[in-house]
Amino acid sequence: MNKKKGILYSNAFYTFLSIVIGFAVGAILLFIAGIHPGAAYAKLLEGIFSKTKFMTWCIIYASPLIFTGLSVAFSFRTGVFNIGAEGQFVVGSMAACIVGILVDVPAIILVPLCILAAAAAGALWGAVVGVLKVKKGINEVLSFIMFNWIAFYLSNFIVNLPAIHREGGGEATKDIAKSAMLTVPLGIVQATGCASANWGIIFAIVAAMIIWFIINKTTLGYRLRAVGYNKHAAQYGGIDSDKAVMTAMAISGALSGIGGAVQLMGMSGRISQFAGQEGFGFEGITVALIGSSNPIGCVFAGLFYGAMKYGGTKLSLVNAPAEVVDIIMGTIIIFIAISHIFKNFFLLKASKGGKN
Amino acid sequence: MDTMIKDLGLLINAMLIATPPLLYAALGSCFSERSGVVNIGIEGMMTIGAFTGAVAAYFSGNGWFGFICGGLAGAAFALLHAIACISFGADQTISGTAINFLAPGLAVFLCKAMFANSSDSPALDTASKLPKMFNGVFKSGSFGYNVFATYSAAYFCFILVLVIWFVFYKTRFGMRLRAVGEHPQACETLGINVFRIRYICVIFSGFLAGLGGAYVTLANVSQFRPSVIVGQGFIAIAAVIFGKFKPQGALKACLLFGFCNGVKSLASASNSLSPNLISMIPYVVTILTLIFFVGRARVPAANGKPYIKSK
Repeated sequence: MNKKKGILYSNAFYTFLSIVIGFAVGAILLFIAGIHPGAAYAKLLEGIFSKTKFMTWCIIYASPLIFTGLSVAFSFRTGVFNIGAEGQFVVGSMAACIVGILVDVPAIILVPLCILAAAAAGALWGAVVGVLKVKKGINEVLSFIMFNWIAFYLSNFIVNLPAIHREGGGEATKDIAKSAMLTVPLGIVQATGCASANWGIIFAIVAAMIIWFIINKTTLGYRLRAVGYNKHAAQYGGIDSDKAVMTAMAISGALSGIGGAVQLMGMSGRISQFAGQEGFGFEGITVALIGSSNPIGCVFAGLFYGAMKYGGTKLSLVNAPAEVVDIIMGTIIIFIAISHIFKNFFLLKASKGGKN
Repeated sequence: MDTMIKDLGLLINAMLIATPPLLYAALGSCFSERSGVVNIGIEGMMTIGAFTGAVAAYFSGNGWFGFICGGLAGAAFALLHAIACISFGADQTISGTAINFLAPGLAVFLCKAMFANSSDSPALDTASKLPKMFNGVFKSGSFGYNVFATYSAAYFCFILVLVIWFVFYKTRFGMRLRAVGEHPQACETLGINVFRIRYICVIFSGFLAGLGGAYVTLANVSQFRPSVIVGQGFIAIAAVIFGKFKPQGALKACLLFGFCNGVKSLASASNSLSPNLISMIPYVVTILTLIFFVGRARVPAANGKPYIKSK
């Protein structure tokens, strides 16, 4: 197989092509709306790359998205669609917040404690749905949606608890302890010019590497992938697919939960009363799709999405609605979803004509 | 006794506000899922329906015209979903998620483009909204007024449940629709055009979802705001699964969610329990009901798998 045919089979090629088409569709819409697409895209790129501060912000935006992306990607591998990432993110963030407010220990203990609490909360949120699915046959899409909303209202409820609620004004919790925050040392803050610069991205990359290792190099990963490819064949081969599904959903939930903690401890420092779902979970679905459910891909996809989200906020300066980013993302996803048919088409052609 | 009746009236009123959008979308979802295509994009289709409905009613001054336009907008996005999933065999969940980004994004984008960068559409006057039935028959604020003088589109959706039940179970098309969702290969051998039936079902599901969204902006809220559809689409999908993919089951589930919404507005008015805990009730109730009473919902066997014509 020569190099050219190789490219036509790679997921990355189709992802790249879909991204190009996405931007093209966005450009058409901008043009119809009377905005010069070139100016808008130039502003977008400028908003991402022109200053170190901006690039740091993009990385900050990307960190929680990488986590939710990893979460969705991991569960995709086992054949489960983790639409509950949103709820797992929220409970993780909540657990980390409670620990961060109520527990008073030095940072070296508090940070891991918060992250652990978040992971446990997220894992619980995912595992319960897994148990319901496996033991009671309850459709996981339904359960995940229900749990998303339960988490949403639970979070609002906890924000209003007297022990947690902020003194003075503001519909939010108290700030978590300074020692729980993930902000980088003052030197780096001054170098990048960004006050919210945090270690979250390092956590995200480490998590991606761990997940890559689990999926590709451990027996657990093997079992999960087998169940994902064909549940019945895996069962026949001796793998307990029920346990595999529950484990996958627990790990998936833990990842989203840690994402929530990273968002809290890196950027916001407190949880506010939600008016609507924030969408980190659903954005994680996009990240997982763009990253082809591959952990390393998720890192790049997360950075891409984070950059687009942050750059999108600058678009209002050229009178372009920030929603064009959503439209571009949606188009990219659809074309990635369609792309596999082209891949199969080329594969078929190659296998037929390969003997020439 | 009087206050009890009045409260009951208010509760039913709140139910009749919350249920129709969910029910329209859930009926649409029934069509799609029963024919074998997972449609997660209902949320997005509701949003674009809400936007288009509001705008069409604003420019035409007619609520019903806006209502239908909302449905058509939802159908347009459903067509996109159908092409991606049926003709191109894309993963249906992925395509649905894409619609959930595209449709709301497009809605707010167009709103800002059309209305001077405002993400809200202009408010509609009563004449441009959907009409209420029995207006003026009952005294305002009375039990009869609260229960019966509601939007005719709300009555329509309950009648629609009967119609769709009839179509599903008493017509040939309904039988084919259900068969296509169970075993498309068998249908194909009998000469049924699987692709065509799935296209019709998906497009119709988008139309109904769009109607549901338009109902929200044309009846409940008199304008389009980005926050107008927050999760109703997913609740509708949940209602369908909860109702075992049957229209009558979806009706009961949507009434349950509507009822809980009603309890929420009533309870928050009387300030008893934390509104957040009350808001959780429908979801917790659903899970508990599923655990103890309902159990497995039999998903149509070919649901979610792209049908590839074999040679």
